[in-house]
Order: sequence, then structure tokens, then C-alpha cells
Amino acid sequence: MLCDICGKNEATVHLTEIINNEVTKLHLCEECAKDKASEMEEHFGLAELLAGLADFGGKLESDEMTKLKCPNCGFTYMDFKKIGRLGCSECYTAFKKNLAPLLKRIHGADQHYGKAPIKAQKAAKVRDDAQALRASLQKAIELEEFEEAAKLRDQIKELEKKLENKRNKEGNQAG
Amino acid sequence: MKLSELLNRTSEWLKSTGPNADIVISTRIRLARNLDKVPFTNWANKKQKEQILVQVKEAVDKSVLLKEAEFFKMAELSELDRQFLIERHLMSPEHTYEPEHKALVVEPREIISIMVNEEDHIRMQTVQSGFNLRDAWSLIDKLDTELNQALNYAYSVKLGYLTACPTNVGTGMRASLMLHLPALVLTKQINKVFHALAKLGIAVRGLYGEGTEAIGNFFQISNQVTLGRPEEDIIGNFERIMNQVITREAQARRFLIMKDRDELKDKILRAYGTLKNARIITSNETINLMSNIRFGVHMDLLPDISIKTVNEIFIMTQPAHLQKLENKMLTADQRDMKRADLIREKLK
Repeated sequence: MLCDICGKNEATVHLTEIINNEVTKLHLCEECAKDKASEMEEHFGLAELLAGLADFGGKLESDEMTKLKCPNCGFTYMDFKKIGRLGCSECYTAFKKNLAPLLKRIHGADQHYGKAPIKAQKAAKVRDDAQALRASLQKAIELEEFEEAAKLRDQIKELEKKLENKRNKEGNQAG
Repeated sequence: MKLSELLNRTSEWLKSTGPNADIVISTRIRLARNLDKVPFTNWANKKQKEQILVQVKEAVDKSVLLKEAEFFKMAELSELDRQFLIERHLMSPEHTYEPEHKALVVEPREIISIMVNEEDHIRMQTVQSGFNLRDAWSLIDKLDTELNQALNYAYSVKLGYLTACPTNVGTGMRASLMLHLPALVLTKQINKVFHALAKLGIAVRGLYGEGTEAIGNFFQISNQVTLGRPEEDIIGNFERIMNQVITREAQARRFLIMKDRDELKDKILRAYGTLKNARIITSNETINLMSNIRFGVHMDLLPDISIKTVNEIFIMTQPAHLQKLENKMLTADQRDMKRADLIREKLK
């Protein structure tokens, strides 16, 4: 089935709208569904829509999704879809794959920058240093200073490795 | 400190002492924090919620900034007292649902308050008079660091502070301003402004926050995005955008006073006449008319009324405040009469 809006892509999202007691069914491709969702956001609160939005872009098959459960608190992904809230901090790790595109859609980003609690300040510093180097790298490339760029790239790689180690040490940290 | 002590005092943020206080009533910043691995409030069992309360209470007791703060257990407060706290903007309406295991920490000047076991384990806020995002951030940042000494926050290097709702993840920070924008409404520019704000990721809400209606030309405006940018960036960006809104309102005020002085004066003095003579008045009518009075005071059209009186009327005429003043429950009809009495008394 092709998308009702663009008529080009395969429809993967099926939407039932009830306006003035009239039921309309829309079959949309992922692209058009996203547009539709942002259109709806203007009419409804964001939180109410979260649960519905969460599936877009998710890579998991639906029967796999129903089985997703947080090992720390027992909250399921289906619970999240119902209420739009998570069960505990570990749910962010448990539902990582499905949450990543959602977060990107809400915030336009999937990486935190800014304050860190005392326990994570060292790791946050490494993260921020790497980010600063990435900006310098971009600049070096623009200026065609490739030797400098190569140096920066190596430094970034090193920091990323360090960050990965720190994350593993912290054990629980969401991806 | 007892709740009744707050009654006869004006909250610090209502004193209209801050920058741009004629347009920005207050600046509020809140941070959402949770304890690592402990289920979020709505998914936690009774024992876990009680444990959260105990832990937060311990952290509060150790805090220097909260030395004089009071810890109120929601379940021990009357329905009226809870309403009273909402009216003072110290907590959200949601915080009264299922009051068991919920608490509110309030510092006597009402600059800092903390909701414990709302949607997140901890929602700390600071409210300051006028347009004052920098001071607000510096204070709440300090408080957060203090509490962190005693509490193990849920956090990941990738996603920042982890919250019950994904819309708050990252900084967990919401900065908001309570704005009075009568001139933008009168000159019909308000929808254009809100439309532009929506595109910039900024939300507009009513007087008591999420899900409440905007009345009296008062609007609560806040940042939406919490992930991907440091707090100072978010605040700086928000500040720049809000500066534009404030400038626009100020321009519209100047325009109105030049072009429509008589019409404006008529509108404001009619509101004054009604408030001075009414015997029965609802809360909504009061807010709408008082909005005109507030506008008039700042436009120097009502030289005999001080902004302090205006603010007092705003806060004291709310339903729970009236009942606390009378020290008894009142029906809506009784309140409407008491409210009119109080306003006449204040405007004498």
C-alpha cells in the first residue's frame, strides 16, 4: 500500500482520525507520518503524543517490542507506550533502541552536554573535550590543514576510547 | 514556620523588584532529578516512595541553602492548604493527586521550593522577581550541587539526567517566565509572537503552568528542549528570545499610550470603577480586571495605586487564600462576596 499523502513510498504507519464523529483512516509512509505528527503536536500536548510517536523509526519488530522489559524495575516497553513515562533510570538502557529516535525527534539531539553530577564529572570532562576537538577538526578540514586534522582525529579517537572505558566501568550507564 | 505565616507575607517574587518587572512578573527555573535505579515515583511501591522521602529529607537537612526550609508532608496537609500552596506557585496541581508519600520543601522567602515524589523524585525550583534568569540559574545550580552531595542522581554521560518523561531528559531544566503582555494582546500581535515562539521550541502556557488556561493577559513561557545543549546555552538563547518579546511589548505599550491614550484610560478606569464598587466578583473577573489595573499602574495612569497593592490583590483574592484569611471553608458564592469586600478595602 502506498502512502496517502505522497503516493510514493510504502505506507507503514496507519492512523485513524475521528473528526466530528467521522472516522478517517490514513495510511502514511514514515516521512509523511513524521510531518503529520508535528502538525498534531501543535494541537495537543507533547507528552500525550509521546507514546504514539515512540514507534516511528524504531528498528524492532512489534512482537519483539512487546517482550521488552526493564531488568531493573520490570517496566515494559508496552507500559511506556501506554503512559508516555518510563519506570526507572535503567529503562533508558533497556529501551535504548526505541528511545533514541524519539529523543532525537523531541530534542533534535541525542547527546547531553552540560552539568554532570559529582560521580560523572570526569567522564563529562572527557566528553566535552572530545566535542571541543571535533569542532577544531571541522575547522581544520575547512581550512584544508590536513596534517593538523589527522592529529586532531587521533586525539578524538583516544578520548572516545577513554570515554568508552569509563562508561563500561560505570557499568549501568545508558548507551 | 507554619503555612499560616506565609499568608500575610508577600512572596519574594511578587515584590516587583527585579529587572523589567513591569512586563516580567517572575522568572522560574526548575530542575528534575531522580535517584539512580530507584523506580520513578509513579512506578515505585509504597516502601520505595517512603525511602525516597527519607533520603531527600536527609539531603535537605544537610543543605545550607535550605537551613530555614520547612518539610511538609502532603498527606498531613488539608485540601485547603494544598490549594493554597498551588496558588502561591510553590507546587504544581499534580502534586496534590495521591498525596501519600509526597512532600514539599519551602524556604521562608519562597524563593526555593522542592516537590518530592511528583512525577520525578525531585523537582526543585527557584522563583525570582522580574527577568532574572542568570541569578535564578546560579541559585538552583548551587542547590542542586548541594543536594547531590547526599544523593546519588540518575545520570548517563550520553543522555544526562534521567527523568520519568523523555521530554525532560538531559539537563532536566525548564526555565520559564511569567509575562504580562496586555499591549501585545490589545494590538493583536500576540498570536504572531506565539507562533514565532513555537517555531523556536518555546512553549506558552497559562497562569498555573501546564494544562491551565491563560487569563488576564498573563502567560507562562518556557524552553522545551532539554537535551543536547548546556544549561548556560539554553538559558542564554531563551534570554535573547525573551528580550525580543519584552521589547515588543514595551513598544506596543508606547504605541498605545501615544495613539489610543483616551481609549486606554477609559478601559483602565472602567476596570477600576468595577473593582472599587463590585459586591460580588469571581476569581476570573478579578484577574481580568486586575490585569488592566496592573497595566494602568505601569503606564502611570493610576497614580494612587501602588504595584504592591496590585500584587496583594492578585494573590489574596484566590480561592484558597480567601478561605485561609477567613479561617473557614466558603462556598463559591460566599467567596465572590468576600473577594469583592477585600478588593474594595485594598483600593480604598
